[in-house]
Amino acid sequence: MITAFLTDSTLCIGCKACEVACKEWNQVPSDGYHFTGFSYDNTVALGHSTWRHVKFVERTAGVAAPIDGTAGYRSNTFRWDFSSDVCKHCSNAGCLEACPTGSIVRTEFGGVYVQPDICNGCGYCVVSCPFGVIDRRPEDGRAFKCTFCYDRQKAGLAPACAAACPTQSIQFGEIGELRAKAAARIAQLRERGIDDASIYDPQHTSVGGTHAIFVLRGRPEDYNLPSNPEVPTVHLRDGWSSAAVAAGLMLLGTAAAFFMQRE
Amino acid sequence: MPGLGTSFGRGGATMALQDLANADAILIMGSSMAENHPVGFRWVIKARERGATVIHVDPRFNRTSAMADVWAPLRAGTDIVFLGALVNHVLTHGLEFRQFVVAYTNAPAIINDDFKDTEDLDGLFSGWDPEQRQYSPDSWAYKSSDPKVGHEDGHGGHAKDRGGEASPMAHDPPRDPTLQDPRCVFQILKRHFARYTPAMVQEVCGVPPEAFQRVADAYIRASGPERTGAICYAVGWTQHSTGVQTIRTAAILQLLLGNIGRPGGGILALRGHASIQGSTDIPTLYDVLPGYLPMPTFAGDGTSLDSYIAKHRLPRGWWGNLDRYIVSLLKAWYGDAATAANDYGFDWLPRISGDHSHFGYWLEMADATGTIDGLFVMGQNPAVGAPNARLARRALANLKWLVVRDLVELETATFWLDSPEIARGEMRTEDIATEVFFFPAAAHTEKDGCFTNTQRLLQWHERAVEPPGDARSEAWFMYHLGRRLKARAAADQRPANAGLNALTWNYRTIGPHAEPDANDILQEINGRRVADRSLLPGFHALESDGSTSCGCWIYSGVYPSPDRNRARERKGQGRYGQGWGFAWPADRRILYNRASARPDGTPWSDRKKLVWWDRANREWVGHDTPDFGKRKAPDYVPPSGATGDEALRGDAPFIMHADGMGWIWVPSGVKDGPLPTHYEPLESVIPNQLYSQQSNPVADRKERPDNPYAGSPLDPRYPHVLMTYRLTEHHTSGAMSRTLSHLAELQPEFFCEISPELASNIGAANGQHVTISTPRGSVVARALVTARMRPLRVHGRAVHQVGLPYHWGYRGLVRGDVANDLLAISEEPTVRIFESKGLVCRIEVRGPRSEVRDPRAEVRGSEVRR
Repeated sequence: MITAFLTDSTLCIGCKACEVACKEWNQVPSDGYHFTGFSYDNTVALGHSTWRHVKFVERTAGVAAPIDGTAGYRSNTFRWDFSSDVCKHCSNAGCLEACPTGSIVRTEFGGVYVQPDICNGCGYCVVSCPFGVIDRRPEDGRAFKCTFCYDRQKAGLAPACAAACPTQSIQFGEIGELRAKAAARIAQLRERGIDDASIYDPQHTSVGGTHAIFVLRGRPEDYNLPSNPEVPTVHLRDGWSSAAVAAGLMLLGTAAAFFMQRE
Repeated sequence: MPGLGTSFGRGGATMALQDLANADAILIMGSSMAENHPVGFRWVIKARERGATVIHVDPRFNRTSAMADVWAPLRAGTDIVFLGALVNHVLTHGLEFRQFVVAYTNAPAIINDDFKDTEDLDGLFSGWDPEQRQYSPDSWAYKSSDPKVGHEDGHGGHAKDRGGEASPMAHDPPRDPTLQDPRCVFQILKRHFARYTPAMVQEVCGVPPEAFQRVADAYIRASGPERTGAICYAVGWTQHSTGVQTIRTAAILQLLLGNIGRPGGGILALRGHASIQGSTDIPTLYDVLPGYLPMPTFAGDGTSLDSYIAKHRLPRGWWGNLDRYIVSLLKAWYGDAATAANDYGFDWLPRISGDHSHFGYWLEMADATGTIDGLFVMGQNPAVGAPNARLARRALANLKWLVVRDLVELETATFWLDSPEIARGEMRTEDIATEVFFFPAAAHTEKDGCFTNTQRLLQWHERAVEPPGDARSEAWFMYHLGRRLKARAAADQRPANAGLNALTWNYRTIGPHAEPDANDILQEINGRRVADRSLLPGFHALESDGSTSCGCWIYSGVYPSPDRNRARERKGQGRYGQGWGFAWPADRRILYNRASARPDGTPWSDRKKLVWWDRANREWVGHDTPDFGKRKAPDYVPPSGATGDEALRGDAPFIMHADGMGWIWVPSGVKDGPLPTHYEPLESVIPNQLYSQQSNPVADRKERPDNPYAGSPLDPRYPHVLMTYRLTEHHTSGAMSRTLSHLAELQPEFFCEISPELASNIGAANGQHVTISTPRGSVVARALVTARMRPLRVHGRAVHQVGLPYHWGYRGLVRGDVANDLLAISEEPTVRIFESKGLVCRIEVRGPRSEVRDPRAEVRGSEVRR
């Protein structure tokens, strides 16, 4: 069965249970203790030691009320949105394509899995991820990211984050079913007047859809998600073509130089 | 929880968390439920998904506000004005659920002629004794009621959860079902709250009228036969000098709207730890015995078992059974030694001789008056978690010995080594004579036992692994300590040891560490027939002749047979999950659910049916266990001379109360008045706009040199409002979360939340270190500047609020100053809780911690110079 996450930000209460459950199950080390001053987010971004990450987006939606220092109640123009981010497990995964050792594989559940015993720490995957998810651990240089709880899935369990989520903001299941669920959810939210709700599942770009689908409010960029993520290898044809053209031109130039000299 | 206890009869949440999903509106106030009860909050989300309106009224925009449909910020400590204005709005617009109010509340009752309201006496009720600084509740009684008994001085309020202490209420008071009589509760209430208007809300709370209107419309719409609304609160309401009365105001609102005992209607008291409800049911409090039986006092009710029963057994209502419960409790504790001849060992119970509350003894310890030699600290961390924590740490140094049992060696166990007082040189380790014993404790996964959660649900947990090393369970510690003490007492048969010698203490032990069997303990709590030691099916089987024993009558029925522990059952069925755990009393999930039916026994509406009278089979049936006599017909009228539950009519749903009614008016039991009244916090930034009485006259400030207060109103040194609270990422004093990297990294530093406006006023940038000071001390924290905090316009000026999570201390993976150093020890009159919300403070940009001077060091310095 091909599985996926559906992370519904409109149900997320920002409790970070997913972050903690992930770390606990997968024995992910600490990020260190750094106060960022950026809302309630002190783990900052996905990385080698953060495989689930809750974003805290404070923003003024709609027309901002005048701030006179004592405005008091300003209607509900202010919003604080939470969204739990995770590896997208792309259908066309940049990291997997870039990996020269075969350490990164696609599992039978459709997830993208890094085999830590094969990874040699070259870091090609890090620059190839369109979402900035995969990251090298400084101690030994190896790359780490969400395993999609491969071990739990093998045993028939939901990933730790989905199991821990108290409000069903993180759902886990068969990808087709979840895509249908996401569409129904958007329809429901729109019906309630939440017009800025949308699905984030970039099927129109070269990543070809993800195994981590999101329901968001507002633009993906507000959640630090690229609206048009691309697998770096799509640039290969252009790159090689340019190189070929350049080589041809150089050849021509060289030939021309000889020719001109003869004259 | 006397706020709920006096209003409805029992000191527990009236509803279940799951029932929130059935609400049409949910008002969350005095709580950040999403933040501190994230798992329970799923039912709020479920309700919202079903179309309910979620309203959050809170000084801060926090995780709960983010999930709410409506958020209104108010100044901390003004909840009674806001709620009072909602009550006033209901009354002036005639929006009450009239049939419910007339049938099921004491709104029609006529009150004594000599009662005078705070509106007449400028902030005081009649009965005020300025010498003793307390009320006599005589004038608050129902008219031509029975002889008055008065408040018991020594008592705290927890026993008032029974309701009706001051009068036995043997007869119904005169009633006016038209609610027109000027002396009826309804009309008094109307006059009492008449000045609690939207304009007053704006002036005092800082909530503009349109915002108030929005909340009022959204919430009050959820009332009537077809709709219900629920209220959720936590310590944002309780930790005030007017805490009990705030909850009372909510109870009044819910009774007026008919939102009690009905699906999706009720008041959910959100408890802050795994078994805090359990710790009042089987109390760690000084003024109650298990099951909310009052602790006897030294004089008066304590002279004999008969005098105790005479005082506390009510002639009508469920408390007519009090004799059965106290005798069965004594039989459980003293076994064969408890006989009719010796009053079942009643004289071995301790007696209350004064204020033995938590803060009372901490102050005694701080004074080193020599009355307290030693202290056991279990599951607490007062060096960080207690109000005026600095006083607490100094008090610890006056002990001869201190026993700390916890998962980790927390701040309380090392106050002598690395506390701020040691660091600042105010105390020296070599001067501290306290002998500290640290015992590692077993976690809940390492022991069998039972939690009672926020909705009165007993849930069993099983040991998954043996505790590591020397770690042991609380039960192990108390059992073996008791065993050793008893062995000593057995060798010394002084009268003082008689109680200890008589105490039953023979639990079965199991496992490699001789752990007392938790099943044995729960069976003792459940109760047995003395003759054959067979387990009891429930509290209705208890007797007053010594033939039954029961450790806590409200839990009776949890272990009805040796092979059935209902707390351990996990087959939830139906709307309220019956079959999963056991809710006290008698597995009733929604209390007072008789009120979900009309007086004639039919449901108020099909949409909101819960429990109803089955005419054919002549019994109450429905989705929940009826909180009512199963076969007591709706038209039952008690014969003359009936007592106990039989003396209550078939349409009286509040069976714990002597009149069977929900109490809008509390004739006695709440020490600061029969109705809630707004008083400013003990420290405030504005004068009380309603009365010249500034703060709660009955609250005890405990003011002394090491517990000083700012001038009130408006001490220019402390212009801002301060409140402390918790974050999702940490647990209370942080001992369980700052020691774990996965949690510590999520909120790694002590910070305060301030608005961009306040930040610019003091010149602080986001992330900068700021100093926050109160008369008790000062702390340094990082500033988190956020638009989620916003200034309010109150009494014509901008008032800034400073938010301070209190999770940090001087040990653990992440450390920080102790926020509770800023708090004062004060006592709300009825439950003696301190005020942690709505203090005043100063905030300024300061350098690193080492530069911060201790305000008291300055005082000491000047004394030296003199």
